[in-house]
Amino acid sequence: MSVSAEAGRRRIEELLQEHQERVFKRWLQLAASSAGHGDRGDLTGQLREIYQALKQSFTDSGDLSDLRGLLAELSRSRARHGFSPSETAVMVFGLKEALYESVEADGSPEALRGFIWFSRIIDDLGLFTIESYAVAREKVIIDQAEQLLELSTPVVKLWEGIVAVPLVGTLDSARTQVVMEKLLQTLVDTGSEHAVIDITGVPAVDTQVAQHLLKTVVAARLMGAECVISGIRPQIAHTIVTLGIEFGDIVTKASLADALAHALRESGVDFVRRRTHVAVRTEER
Amino acid sequence: MDRVPVLKLGDILIVSIQIDLQDQSVLALQEDLADQVVATGARGVIIDITAVEIVDSFIGRMLATIAAISRMLDADTVVVGMRPAVAITLVELGLSLGGVRTALNLEKGVALLNHLEGSKIASVTR
Amino acid sequence: MTTPATLPVTSNSDVVLVRQHVRTVAVDVGLSLVDQTKVVTAASELARNALVYAGGGRVRVEIVHNGIRRGLRLTFSDDGPGIPDIERALTDGWTTGGGLGLGLSGSRRLVDEFDVRSAPGEGTLITVTKWAR
Repeated sequence: MSVSAEAGRRRIEELLQEHQERVFKRWLQLAASSAGHGDRGDLTGQLREIYQALKQSFTDSGDLSDLRGLLAELSRSRARHGFSPSETAVMVFGLKEALYESVEADGSPEALRGFIWFSRIIDDLGLFTIESYAVAREKVIIDQAEQLLELSTPVVKLWEGIVAVPLVGTLDSARTQVVMEKLLQTLVDTGSEHAVIDITGVPAVDTQVAQHLLKTVVAARLMGAECVISGIRPQIAHTIVTLGIEFGDIVTKASLADALAHALRESGVDFVRRRTHVAVRTEER
Repeated sequence: MDRVPVLKLGDILIVSIQIDLQDQSVLALQEDLADQVVATGARGVIIDITAVEIVDSFIGRMLATIAAISRMLDADTVVVGMRPAVAITLVELGLSLGGVRTALNLEKGVALLNHLEGSKIASVTR
Repeated sequence: MTTPATLPVTSNSDVVLVRQHVRTVAVDVGLSLVDQTKVVTAASELARNALVYAGGGRVRVEIVHNGIRRGLRLTFSDDGPGIPDIERALTDGWTTGGGLGLGLSGSRRLVDEFDVRSAPGEGTLITVTKWAR
């Protein structure tokens, strides 16, 4: 049987070569009908490259690395044009149907046997396009998550020696950690001894996030800086107490304004209200 | 074994840790500092750990011990320059440097000691 | 790359060498600065534990994979007296060696995976893993 399988392979290779124009035209036809929209010229070029690489891989004793590279590229470009991964795979599978017409016309037992072997290879390649789609998608998700973390962590200077992080949106553990590391680094870089963590824009706090907030305050103290937490909404205060999280001697304020006033007082700045204006005077130390 | 040098500036002793500390060096530093506090009559000790990449429980305990010994010898201790990553790790480790004062950098450490003394004990340009 | 590598822990200067090697590998694995610091601190605690309680041991440092994530795994082993009560040894503040009692319990909080195997008279095997975020 092994002789026959070998003969089958050879026959398929011959058919791919001899009927190249016919098979390729049919494949392109099938692919274009499933593709519907998109750049037809572009598609022809890509499929021709793949067809050549497939033939090349047979003469290179089955080395599929070039072919896989092309398919990965095809999968990516099709995904960019809004095709689903299965549409791309179906397009690759179309080559089986295209070749089958030549096999049928040939009718020899070698050709039929070889077609089974050929189908298996095309199936693998089709599945490979789905895999590369998934890998590309995963990378996009990871990149976006990182960008989002970067975007959502502003540390702003409120006054000489006072910085603030206004936290907005749902806090998960990873994001809280990133924000807190950035805050502590800013304390060092700017030599600020006071920090305000404002959670007015945070809809809910769970145990882990509350723990991260606490740890940040303690870490800041170890470094020689004080943190004030402001903007704790009633529901969050309720959650924190219900969860039994001990805030200890950490200063909490209702609003960012109160927290700023507290930090200013702590750093030796006095407020004086003059007629209708508010003036601020820094005390000489 | 490397010994960490102890510098004197006015009434303040300054120790800047620049190497990856071995346990013996830590213990030696503890003794050197106590001797120096008594010999110089220093009123304050500053330990600069800006260059220290990790503080484990052994080094953490050393810092607390130095602070406790110095206090008995009538000197305040300030640890300055702790890196954020080190601080976060210490908190996670569960180590609080109870009784140790901290400041962001050397300059603020000196200011803190001056503030504690209520008068200038070293003239360092701010 | 020099991993996996096995380093001896037989003296105080070895603890410093273990810290330095773990730091280098942690950077290779791509751990964030905070995670590097955490895992190096854990390595320092566990190496000192091996020294204090078992008179010495060794640590294997290797890079591990889980899908697309990379991680750093440290395996500390010694032929010391073993830990009779692991549960208790993992409690904050519990010590028989005159330390702060934070070595084991604290190290556990610094890593992602923590596993202790020990029996009296049979030494101790501690495996810790930190994954890159």
